[in-house]
Amino acid sequence: MNTLIAIGVLAVLVLIAEIINLRKLVIPMTIIGLVGILGYTVCNIDVEVSYYNNMFITKKFSNAFSSLFIALTIFLVALSKDFYQKEFSKISDYISLKLFLLMGAICMVSFGNMAMFFLGLEILSITLYILCGSDRANIKSNEAAMKYFLLGSFASGIVLFGIALVYGATASFDISEIITITSQGTLPIWYSLGVVMIIIGMLFKIAAVPFHFWAPDVYQGAPTLTTAMMSTLVKVTAVATLFKLSFHLLRQMPEGYITAIVVIAILTMTVGNIMALRQENMKRLLAYSGISHAGFMMMALTALNTSAANLFYYATAYAIAGIAAFTVLMAVTKGKENQLIQSFSGLGKRNPLMAIVLSIALLSMGGIPIFAGFFGKFFLFSEAISKGFITLVIFGVINSFISIYYYLKVIIVMFTNNDETAEETALSIPLSYKIVGVLAVAINIIIGLCPSILLNIFQ
Amino acid sequence: MNVTILLLTLLVGAIATYISGKKPAAKVALLFGLVAFVETIVLICQHNAGTDAGYMTQWISNPNIHIALKADGLALALTLLTTALTPIIIFSSFGDHIEKSNIFYSLVMFMSFAMTGTFLAADGLLYYVFWELSLLPIYFIALLWGNDTFEVRKKAILKFFIYTFAGSLFMLVGFIYLYSKTGSFLLQDLYNARLTGTEQYWVFLAFFLAYAIKIPVFPFHTWQASTYEKAPTVGTMLLAGIMLKMGLYSVIRWQIPITPIAAKEVMPTILVLSIIGVVYGSIVALKQANIKRFFAYSSLAHVGLIAAGAYTLTLDGMKGAVLQMIAHGFVIVGLFFVGEIIYRRYQTRMIGEMGGIRQQAPKFASIFMILMFASIGLPGTFSFIGEFNILYGLSQINLWYAVIGGTTLIFGAFYMLRMFQKAMLGETNAKPFADLNTKESIILGVLAIVIIFLGIYPKPLADLITPSLVEIVSYIK
Repeated sequence: MNTLIAIGVLAVLVLIAEIINLRKLVIPMTIIGLVGILGYTVCNIDVEVSYYNNMFITKKFSNAFSSLFIALTIFLVALSKDFYQKEFSKISDYISLKLFLLMGAICMVSFGNMAMFFLGLEILSITLYILCGSDRANIKSNEAAMKYFLLGSFASGIVLFGIALVYGATASFDISEIITITSQGTLPIWYSLGVVMIIIGMLFKIAAVPFHFWAPDVYQGAPTLTTAMMSTLVKVTAVATLFKLSFHLLRQMPEGYITAIVVIAILTMTVGNIMALRQENMKRLLAYSGISHAGFMMMALTALNTSAANLFYYATAYAIAGIAAFTVLMAVTKGKENQLIQSFSGLGKRNPLMAIVLSIALLSMGGIPIFAGFFGKFFLFSEAISKGFITLVIFGVINSFISIYYYLKVIIVMFTNNDETAEETALSIPLSYKIVGVLAVAINIIIGLCPSILLNIFQ
Repeated sequence: MNVTILLLTLLVGAIATYISGKKPAAKVALLFGLVAFVETIVLICQHNAGTDAGYMTQWISNPNIHIALKADGLALALTLLTTALTPIIIFSSFGDHIEKSNIFYSLVMFMSFAMTGTFLAADGLLYYVFWELSLLPIYFIALLWGNDTFEVRKKAILKFFIYTFAGSLFMLVGFIYLYSKTGSFLLQDLYNARLTGTEQYWVFLAFFLAYAIKIPVFPFHTWQASTYEKAPTVGTMLLAGIMLKMGLYSVIRWQIPITPIAAKEVMPTILVLSIIGVVYGSIVALKQANIKRFFAYSSLAHVGLIAAGAYTLTLDGMKGAVLQMIAHGFVIVGLFFVGEIIYRRYQTRMIGEMGGIRQQAPKFASIFMILMFASIGLPGTFSFIGEFNILYGLSQINLWYAVIGGTTLIFGAFYMLRMFQKAMLGETNAKPFADLNTKESIILGVLAIVIIFLGIYPKPLADLITPSLVEIVSYIK
């Protein structure tokens, strides 16, 4: 709770800084504040307390994910200075929106009450709608915001309806009470209906197939930094929340639920990957690859009792690699109309550092050993095999090498050295991008070499 | 001393090479390569004296993964192959103009590190990590420094990467499945896993995909020739000389002892596939105009025979396979270097455009001849020992396998001599051909001496590997 309050205060301070004309201080202040909050959260990771009549409960799960969200936000804020160079006058708006979004994300993984969950979901969604449309002059950004808003609010509506049905069946919003009631006896049919609606709403948020149609357009249209946020922070938040919801609401998992999750997971990773194969636009490619990663993360939903650590590891590995990839994307496509993969050609010569960062990020996403992505997949696969989901793992494996194909395609383009259209001039990159890119890759390799750092949190 | 020092030497070598800058890179890499070679010799002496140079520590507690390195005779023999060939390969490229040479040699050293790790690893997951790591450097070496235009070679290299990566992922699934049964990735625990026949069958198949692609066994060989052709010669040497031995070694080290029942059951099928590879490779080699593709297909034939030897499950067959792995490593590196020497002088790899070199370069011609006879498996060369053992092992299963597999000798003699005739003999070539310079003579001389010495006196190597193989055969029974 202290974490949440501190972030809220920080966000307000950012807005105040604007009023008293300390705009230049906004980003350093936010980063220092967030680092402090991250330190506090990590130190108190084992503390389990509940606040305000169980509205808000901190547990290992929620603390671990909150720390991840804060860390990701630090990266995203660090990138903001150079990304919003042209509209620096609005910087405090952007930063405070990101902080509010972070608050929403933390509420979503720490809720103890369905009302709190919905509140978090809405805080997160509404700030995201604004950020999507923040590039007002760009028609694509407007389109993205509109599309996301319409579909997102529809999904929120479904979630809300689901919560109402669950309330109707259990007469409570409180998670612990709902758990007691569900374990006591038969429930009316609308309980399962409500749970299904909540889960569908969340599947929409993580862009699982068949609820994924909004994602590529929105990702492509939104400003790149917002896309980075959506495909790392928001996606991970949604998956973690889905995991937590299923964990609480589906104590005895019905057979049909598991089958449905397995089918959706397989569909999500396969459709995401196959669509990614044909993309020419890097943002769309990352969007589709993000969809397939959501499918991988859904593998954790098949073993709710044992998979929290695996999910956390995968989410961290994916999000960190995503940050690195988007950093390079932003650096390369700065000031360009579109983000074609072709614009990466010759990057190996123009800026070897960024080429290496992107290569490592993509290889990690593809699951090549020593990078964190490999162990992420490995832990999910081993859990699934020990639970007997061989088919799911086989599909996971097939998808892994489909995905390596398009990741390698990008890497090849970067190291193309005989393309005449490639710009030969060295590409200068702001320091903040370099730091974020290198740091993200370093973290990726460190947690790849010692996965125990993250796994032991949950023991 | 223990094997971690060897691995660290190679890794530090890779980093030092990168840092050292473009000019001294090749020399730094060579230096570290030679140090690693000396260390391997020391390790082998230690091993013969009875000290265990293995290493084990916990890496991740849950799941239970160790950093376990096992330095028995078999692993050390293959390590020796790697660390002996690495400096030779590096030295062979001295004087070539290589762009960004520090990155290039650093990748070579890193690949050597990963391959040595693969041979030494005794924990399934560590082994898998090294196995995949060795794929990355060769991918970049072939992609960035390869022959032909970028557009053409990127297709071949991409195919190679996806192919091998796909195969190894199935191996990973096999390992995870084994882990879910035994709770450990350690080699020894996996040997004692006691799987049922059906389970063994599936695990065997998962491993087989990875190895059959890497070795390559017919019909999984389609990546091979074009990758060898497009990769720079250093990369081709690494691939043909060492990397494909990873697959063969893994068959003996991991696949067969873990799934002996399945191995016995599918043995006939795999023997047939391997022998098809032998015959197919030989026939296709005959038609190749490009000398690199020619060696690639000849390699396919030889490797098919080695695979057949490993899958006989007999001590003789396996011993022959391991000896032949090492022999083939030295011979094929020599042959690719011969191709490179001709390319340096004539700027062509087409056999048809060569001819009449012998009169101009007698030294070169004689060493080429030694290598060629070694490749054919003439008695007195190292290859003969290996091939003889393999054929003997095959004959214990069924005489016909040995007879058909033995055609590799006849076919080999035919296509090799024909190539030699076209490339080296005939009327003196109008284009001048300088004889070997000092560097080239050193490399080819060393290779020729190794091949002939071990051909006459293979006992030290055979003694080194036999105890490990006896142990492995004991798991089969």
